[in-house]
Amino acid sequence: MTLEAGAELAPKTYPVTRASLVRYAGASGDFNPIHWSDRIATAVGLPGVIAHGMFTMALVARAVSEWTDGAEVVDFGAKFTNPVVVPDDDEGTTVTVSGTVKSVEDGLATIALTVVSGDQKVLGMPKVSVRA
Amino acid sequence: MAVDGSLVGRAFPPTRPYRVTDEKVREFAAATGMGWESGDAVPATFPIVLAFDAMNAFLDDVQVELSRIVHGEQKFSYARPIAPGDVLTATLTVASLRQIGGNDIIGTVSEITDDSGAVVCTTSATLVHRAAEVA
Repeated sequence: MTLEAGAELAPKTYPVTRASLVRYAGASGDFNPIHWSDRIATAVGLPGVIAHGMFTMALVARAVSEWTDGAEVVDFGAKFTNPVVVPDDDEGTTVTVSGTVKSVEDGLATIALTVVSGDQKVLGMPKVSVRA
Repeated sequence: MAVDGSLVGRAFPPTRPYRVTDEKVREFAAATGMGWESGDAVPATFPIVLAFDAMNAFLDDVQVELSRIVHGEQKFSYARPIAPGDVLTATLTVASLRQIGGNDIIGTVSEITDDSGAVVCTTSATLVHRAAEVA
């Protein structure tokens, strides 16, 4: 697809359950127990099991890939400002990714993103540049 | 226990060479709900598999428990796309260290290089080492 400055990219919503976190832990090698044990998560002061920040970021990469038909990512960054708390039930929670094309220059399209879970922003200044 | 400030600038040994395979990339993509076929772009966050290995070795070395680490920030900057067949290693350097509210804020940079030594991707991570509660 052609990316044009100012284009709004249709929001994508993805489910996040405890099962998603277990699967991501196995695929990524990140077995930090705060992503699967309520006991340990609460012992270190978290509200409960939280998603891997890198899982949320991977979902953002998925949205970008879907918007751009798999365009080559050159730069990608975000701050993890609020945890994605994942309850131990069948529904879990969701992560919604929306984006706006900020600029297209020198063959690179820069997309500013908004990433929310529930009504809370979970990433700070998420931004990606892809080869346009 | 605070992390020792003299770590700043220290580079840790490179991780064992890691061969990127179709099967591993497909497994990683599937974990985020994506289908993946040979020839598709490798997911942009895939190098975390190597960077995380490097981080684990670093945390072991400085005797920090993984459960006390929360991810603060992550960036990837690519010199070229990763492709199956690449043999990659990650070399982690501690870039910065500061203390805020009893927590250590550890800035790390991991360079992912291929078997010719060329940099493929530079990943930087900010790790928040949460202090144990004072009883």
